[in-house]
Amino acid sequence: MSYTILEKKQIAPQVHLMKVLAPDVARAAKAGQFIILRIDETSERIPLTIADFDADEGYVTIIFQEMGKTTKQLAKMTDRDVLLDFVGPLGKPADVRKLGTVILVGGGVGIAPVYPQVKAYRDAGNKVISVIGARNKDLLILEDEMQAASDELHIATDDGSRGHHGFVTDVAKKILDSGEKIARIVVIGPPILMKVAAGMTAPYGVETIVSLNPIMIDGTGMCGGCRVSVGGETKFACVDGPEFDAHKVDFNLLMSRLGLYRPEEAQCQETHQCTCRSGN
Amino acid sequence: MAARQAMPHQDPKERARNFDEVALGYAEEQAIAEASRCLECRNPKCVQGCPVEVDIPGFIAQMKAGNFDGAIATIKLTNSLPAVCGRVCPQEVQCEELCVLAKKGEPVAIGRLERFCADHERKKGVAAPLRTQSTGKRVAVVGAGPASLTAAADLAKEGHAVTMFEALHDTGGVLTYGIPEFRLPKAIVKDEVEYIKQLGVDVKVDYIIGKIKTLDELRNDFDAVFLGTGAGLPKFMGIEGENLNGVYSANEFLTRVNLMKAYRFPDYNTPIKRGKRVIVVGGGNVAMDAARSALRLGAEEVSIVYRRGEDELPARKEEVENAKEEGIVFRLLTNPVRILQGDNMTVKGVECIRMELGEPDESGRRSPVPKAGSEHVIDADIVIIAIGTSPNPMILSGSDGLKVSPRGTIVVDESAKTSIENVCAGGDAVTGAATVISAMGAGKLAAQTISEYLRNN
Ligand SMILES: Cc1cc2nc3c(=O)[nH]c(=O)nc-3n(C[C@H](O)[C@H](O)[C@H](O)COP(=O)(O)OP(=O)(O)OC[C@H]3O[C@@H](n4cnc5c(N)ncnc54)[C@H](O)[C@@H]3O)c2cc1C
Ligand SMILES: Cc1cc2nc3c(=O)[nH]c(=O)nc-3n(C[C@H](O)[C@H](O)[C@H](O)COP(=O)(O)OP(=O)(O)OC[C@H]3O[C@@H](n4cnc5c(N)ncnc54)[C@H](O)[C@@H]3O)c2cc1C
Ligand code: SF4
Ligand code: SF4
Ligand code: FES
Repeated sequence: MSYTILEKKQIAPQVHLMKVLAPDVARAAKAGQFIILRIDETSERIPLTIADFDADEGYVTIIFQEMGKTTKQLAKMTDRDVLLDFVGPLGKPADVRKLGTVILVGGGVGIAPVYPQVKAYRDAGNKVISVIGARNKDLLILEDEMQAASDELHIATDDGSRGHHGFVTDVAKKILDSGEKIARIVVIGPPILMKVAAGMTAPYGVETIVSLNPIMIDGTGMCGGCRVSVGGETKFACVDGPEFDAHKVDFNLLMSRLGLYRPEEAQCQETHQCTCRSGN
Repeated sequence: MAARQAMPHQDPKERARNFDEVALGYAEEQAIAEASRCLECRNPKCVQGCPVEVDIPGFIAQMKAGNFDGAIATIKLTNSLPAVCGRVCPQEVQCEELCVLAKKGEPVAIGRLERFCADHERKKGVAAPLRTQSTGKRVAVVGAGPASLTAAADLAKEGHAVTMFEALHDTGGVLTYGIPEFRLPKAIVKDEVEYIKQLGVDVKVDYIIGKIKTLDELRNDFDAVFLGTGAGLPKFMGIEGENLNGVYSANEFLTRVNLMKAYRFPDYNTPIKRGKRVIVVGGGNVAMDAARSALRLGAEEVSIVYRRGEDELPARKEEVENAKEEGIVFRLLTNPVRILQGDNMTVKGVECIRMELGEPDESGRRSPVPKAGSEHVIDADIVIIAIGTSPNPMILSGSDGLKVSPRGTIVVDESAKTSIENVCAGGDAVTGAATVISAMGAGKLAAQTISEYLRNN
């Protein structure tokens, strides 16, 4: 199969947005789900969250950060280029219901997957307080979109270049301390952020949901590579998740499994760069 | 009686380090010599052992006369994937087990002859099939494994417009992602898929039923549906340490190697851990394939850990022999108790316990019982779990009324009909993990049932 890139733009340093023509996926997509793409015959299959979708126009938006070989190669692609594979929507949709007031926290590129959920929670009749953050103001993505979609938007940066000087979890904690009744917190971002957030909210007894990003291959429940431990039970994140109860997740296991192929990833990028430098 | 012709093989030392096909196939003289051993029994027992009833004496008689074109035509009357079956059928418990010559220990090498005929045809180039006149009926086939490939081919030959939906980016099911290149070259699977495309089948990959469309929607869009969704959900043992880095399900290990071509990393970008000491838990074809793949990836020692004895190994005899020749260590009557943790949540070894065979259980097999005090540790950096799989569950979301058993298998009647009117199913999705040829047999039966249903509706 092949899937055309309708639009591609850089939205922050090393962060890119892409609209991909995939009418079947766009028609079935729901907030919280993801896709798996393969650029060409020799590429890895990589999972990316559905950041937005338009069933009428038939496209799906993805937002990704340059991490290694595949995401760097993806970043070099432009309008009208084609991807070999783009399969989805995978995973269970986010369990969006009318609950009252919810806090949605997005860290770094984690803001991208939070965005469709903000809209979905809003549409379901909730009051949505969004908290987004990044290392510095240049890395902050989707600020205007989040502003428009949320009832309240809070911003934090690690270096204080925009909004609160500190972490998104500090801001979320302040909201919890303010006494406003919060029905649920959804946190998406780097595993360490989700781990810290889980620890922070536990004493408040607020339901906390995270979206896990273990290494995946098929995304159909067939390999078990994406297994995570939740409440002492092994789950396959691609079919049982990707969303889980943060208070039950074994984040240390998740983080260690994410580092599994670090030596190979370095080797893969090196070989890639060597061939580039040799001038062909 | 002349002795059974030996299969020429790649040298064990060499092949243990490459992914090229192990069995090289008979030369023409060998094929004719082997064919000549067949007695052309008037009441051929061998045929009863074949799930798709290949006319074995019929095709062998044509081979004896050097008529290989005729022979392959005869085989293809009932078996649409002979190049595959000739390589992977467990012949020793099917056609060859019942061959009259088996009593003397040397049955006719039916599988190898079948493979020879199929390869002969492939070398010449398979003629494009003629398309049948359209019936105007539309059938959806879910999955692209052997059950679905067979059903799609038969339905297309009947003149139905067939669309095949496959979740992965490539077709073939287990033939592509599970069985390694050294046992079943992927070019053969590709050719088979090309053939069904030439029959007019529209193949859609990256298309998950239950996600993009539900079964209920599919039933409305098409006149009938066949489900050949397989049994790919890996089982784990539930022992300590199973989520450590370096523990794989056989499916993940083999998918990385076969579907993603990790053995050609970094030219292909998907990585795989290349262990020094690898333990594979299980004794079936899947375990053999994982062990032999690990060896080819450069492991120093690969062991099979299996809780029963040699006679109980469910893998094909030929593959057990091949594995032994290549240097795979068999630790039989041994069972893992827990996986030991090294630095950074990696695997350091496996604690195992020895087993004894007790009384026969319901399946008639003697069940293994642990021997107290026999715990011992085997060093390992990679552990591959190959203890079985259950049916792929994704098809079940949005399939109101599809009856499944407590084991998750789709329930069908003797004509492959499910509990939903215009939906048939077959293959591993119905039986649980079984064989290529039984999946094909089920696909064939379902195609007949569907054609009959479409004639009447
Ligand atoms: C459900 C899910 C949703 C995701 N959504 C997004 C998103 O919206 N935007 C975004 O930027 N990133 C997202 N990710 C992470 C993204 O998939 C990885 O960054 C990407 O695979 C890295 O590939 P690479 O070849 O560029 O880097 P590599 O050099 O291969 O790896 C860099 C790091 O990425 C992780 N990784 C590598 N391969 C995979 C894989 N096959 N599956 C998952 N993680 C992997 C590992 O932690 C690795 O150390 C998501 C991951 C999951 C599982
Ligand atoms: C490693 C290994 C070695 C084996 N060796 C042998 C051997 O030597 N001899 C032998 O006879 N048998 C062997 N087998 C068993 C044999 O391969 C299977 O019995 C056979 O492939 C089953 O065929 P199938 O068509 O039912 O399913 P599969 O081959 O499993 O194909 C099912 C397909 O359906 C797709 N699918 C699932 N759900 C969906 C969905 N919702 N939407 C779209 N697509 C979907 C899957 O991705 C898959 O491609 C082996 C199996 C394995 C794993
Ligand atoms: S299809 Fe399999 S069982 Fe049937 S004759 Fe051929 S090798 Fe034997
Ligand atoms: S039983 Fe053996 S000898 Fe008899 S027809 Fe079959 S293959 Fe030939
Ligand atoms: S990615 Fe293979 S089971 Fe989840």
